[in-house]
Amino acid sequence: MRVAVVVFPGSNCDHDLYHAYKHLLGYQTDLIWHHDRLEKSYDLIALPGGFSYGDYLRAGALAALSPFARALKSHITRGGYVLGICNGFQILTEMKVLPGALTPNRSGRFICSRVYLKVETNRSFLTRSAPFDRALKLELASASGAYHADEDTIHRLEDEDRILFRYSDKDGRPTESANLNGSLGAIAGVLSADRRVAGMMPHPERASEAALGSTDGRALLSSVEAFIPGAL
Amino acid sequence: MIARITVKLKKGILDPEGAAISTVVSDLLGRELGDVRVGKYIEIDLLESDEAKARELIERICERTLANPVTEEYRYRIDMGEDESALK
Repeated sequence: MRVAVVVFPGSNCDHDLYHAYKHLLGYQTDLIWHHDRLEKSYDLIALPGGFSYGDYLRAGALAALSPFARALKSHITRGGYVLGICNGFQILTEMKVLPGALTPNRSGRFICSRVYLKVETNRSFLTRSAPFDRALKLELASASGAYHADEDTIHRLEDEDRILFRYSDKDGRPTESANLNGSLGAIAGVLSADRRVAGMMPHPERASEAALGSTDGRALLSSVEAFIPGAL
Repeated sequence: MIARITVKLKKGILDPEGAAISTVVSDLLGRELGDVRVGKYIEIDLLESDEAKARELIERICERTLANPVTEEYRYRIDMGEDESALK
């Protein structure tokens, strides 16, 4: 399994994600500066959380125009997988690689909180090995985390089984109070039409070791193994 | 030519920053206010003297970069750079 974790100016979860892939899961993992060329091909390109370009203009807007966008798009054309976490998700929507947009939290405040997610589909490289019978325990840390898309897009995502997670209570029930940032339909993660690009707001890498209080994120990060022949 | 652009959230999309300003200003003045919407104001020197070309350029910049069409709308006007006082 070859993974590239892309570093933008202002990324700050890059090393956490690198650690999770390389040391916890044992994947061949490289940190790639966004201006550098991809010297080899990767199975998965991961865009980490942080505040790329200081969140200037809109979260992810300037990183989406980075020269890396071209490399990412040819990786997608070649059939590679892409995961965007938090700021990475924002960048992917700004690139129009994923539908919708992440808007400022309903409260107007930065949210740093434990959240629970109900897995909505197991048909993805991110959720294949995720437990379906209980809510996942993860950490949310974002200022612009409220998912928004027009009505047609939401219906299409639902019809095509492309909603990965919704915010829920501990028992997996979708409640309004569990939807901390005010996401439309309490959506916390979505998939592209070809199911190879995924974005999510909460941080699986921060829930990958028992010492961190949850290991639910590990099942998400390792799900991709089932999709790559001879992954390990 | 100078392009003067404003970008703000589309109608119907929650603007938490605007809501906070509305609350504070309403309290301060002791009177109700309607919707407050916060936007960005951007000036760009286009280094272009042909107006049609300038408009084409600025729309490309707005669509691709300055506004996210999913959630935002933009307006702009173009002048020769002498219009600064009109903004005061």
